[in-house]
Amino acid sequence: MAHLIEIRDMYKIYAQGDEPVHALDGVSVSIDEGEFVAIMGASGSGKSTMLNILGCLDTPTKGTYLLDGIEVAGRSRTELAHIRNEKLGFVFQNFNLLPRTSAIENVELPDLYLGRLGRRARRRRALELLRRVGLGGRGTHTPAQLSGGQQQRVAIARALMNKPPVLFADEPTGNLDTKSSIEIMNLFTELSRAGITIVMVTHEDDIAAYATRHLVMKDGHLVSDDKGAAK
Amino acid sequence: MSLWMIFKVAVLAIFRNKTRSLLTCLGIIFGIAAVIAVLAIGKGASAMMVAEISQMGNNLVMVFPERKQAGVVHQGLGGGQNMTAEDVIAIKNELSHLVQFASPQVNAFCQLMHQNKNWSTRVQGVSVDFPDIKNWTMKEGRFFNEQEERRASRVCVIGTSVASNLFGEEEPVGKTMRIKNMAFKVVGVLNSKGANNWGDDQDDTVMAPYTTVSRVLQGSAFKSINMMNLSLYDMDDLDEAKREITAILRQRHKLADYQDDDFETRDTTEIMNTIGSVTGLMTVLLTVVAAISLLVGGIGIMNIMLVSVTERIKEIGLRMAIGATPFMILTQFLLEALVLSAVGGVIGVAAGIGVAQAIGAMKHWPIVVEAGSAILAFGFSAFVGIFFGFYPAYRASKLNPIDCLRYE
Ligand SMILES: Nc1ncnc2c1ncn2[C@@H]1O[C@H](COP(=O)(O)OP(=O)(O)O)[C@@H](O)[C@H]1O
Ligand SMILES: [Mg+2]
Repeated sequence: MAHLIEIRDMYKIYAQGDEPVHALDGVSVSIDEGEFVAIMGASGSGKSTMLNILGCLDTPTKGTYLLDGIEVAGRSRTELAHIRNEKLGFVFQNFNLLPRTSAIENVELPDLYLGRLGRRARRRRALELLRRVGLGGRGTHTPAQLSGGQQQRVAIARALMNKPPVLFADEPTGNLDTKSSIEIMNLFTELSRAGITIVMVTHEDDIAAYATRHLVMKDGHLVSDDKGAAK
Repeated sequence: MSLWMIFKVAVLAIFRNKTRSLLTCLGIIFGIAAVIAVLAIGKGASAMMVAEISQMGNNLVMVFPERKQAGVVHQGLGGGQNMTAEDVIAIKNELSHLVQFASPQVNAFCQLMHQNKNWSTRVQGVSVDFPDIKNWTMKEGRFFNEQEERRASRVCVIGTSVASNLFGEEEPVGKTMRIKNMAFKVVGVLNSKGANNWGDDQDDTVMAPYTTVSRVLQGSAFKSINMMNLSLYDMDDLDEAKREITAILRQRHKLADYQDDDFETRDTTEIMNTIGSVTGLMTVLLTVVAAISLLVGGIGIMNIMLVSVTERIKEIGLRMAIGATPFMILTQFLLEALVLSAVGGVIGVAAGIGVAQAIGAMKHWPIVVEAGSAILAFGFSAFVGIFFGFYPAYRASKLNPIDCLRYE
């Protein structure tokens, strides 16, 4: 069976300064549908770089990337935008909601770019997603009126708007207290059980514990994979 | 995503950032309004001057005697003593095909009296042609007639300012007033002309036959006049008329070939040209001021836009991350800038015209709004608004989404 995500010999080299930085130094990995993967490792080990490339937010220096059977490397910026819009959802450490914009409008945004739903259907789906993340009554609140945990839940609802098969999250609990972190991870677990593939970066073991598979990185190399170890 | 959708996103973004949108608009509004107001007032002022100068007289040519005497300081126009009323009569007779009206002018500054009221003003000794030359009309009574002019009768007409100062509520026509302690009969009151360009009250005047003024008021042995006022049938004949006038006066004044003219002609086209160069200079100055205000407005827009670049680039990064293509981003920002510029531009034009008209109404200046200046101001401000509104988006569209999200 073909993998949902498959990268081969992936390199990302930053040529800044005297010495080029090998943020990714020949990484190969494949992820199947429905997996809940945690990418772990020390700060500066290349976790975010890997996630950004997997999420088509960044382009690798070298290497191949098959996403859902299609080759991603070498695609135009416009094609990558369409892929992100339809297939991928993102959750960031600092939430990245549009300021001074209501929660409901933030959640609706991905479909504005996709244009799949009409105005009414879009509003209905956004409301339903907000309910699902536990913010049913907060649709009209702007980010400034929401706590960090609530903002992250709005961001998750937004990531789910276009029903993407994959969700990427870079340190989603990095700016949150323990209680909010647990709520967010419970939500992730729920989504994972519903069949959504999740790839999450974290350096905290108790957060990584929610995942079903753990990739550990060091200096741009993949040094441990408990799925590979299990094999 | 349809263009309409992108337009809606752009309008939402404008409303989301009310302060920034307002400040950008203000830059455009002030830039455009300043230029339009300044140019409208400037153009209006020069139009008014031209109008007033042509109102000075109909096809007016003035001839002044010039004092030519070695070792004596030049006294300026009208200072000579070599021009007489006979010169005027000769010109009128010989150039009857060119000159419609002709009037000598003798000025005397005199003390006026009526009952217990005193007033000092200039008494102009002129001929019966004078009202036709200078567009004076009668409010009450009549102008003096040819017989009175011939006989040097002690009659006069007075301007409204003199009438109110000497007669108050009284009816002046038919009354006797004293000029230099001599009794004059008031036969008419002139219609008001108001102040001229230089602020002189044109209604503060007394007119009497030049014969009377030179005989009894000046008491001069010479029959010299201060100037002559001529009105041509047609300004197209100006050059010919000036040539003929020069020939006649040189002959009458017995000037040899080697001698310079002892008189000088002036006409309204000449004055118009002088004023034209003054208003031309004024227009240049005003345009510079306008350009500076446009520049200041433009810099204001630039500032606001550049300050918001960080926030906007993060916004762009996020929009791209969730699926906006570079084209959508560019279109959104272009539409935002266009909407802001258009709204600011329309308000700016309206405000500029409003300010110009308010100032015009206050100062009684006419206002001339030229489409050209509006288009220029609109174009420049819109360019600045669009360029700096669009610029961060253009730059960001060349970046990876993640570089935008990480932009500091
Ligand atoms: N835009 C960049 N320019 C230069 N170096 C970068 C850039 N992004 C990341 N790096 C470098 O790449 C390495 C990996 O970074 P990153 O993937 O962010 O690590 P992590 O997320 O594991 O902490 C680090 O050494 C970092 O300094
Ligand atoms: Mg990181």
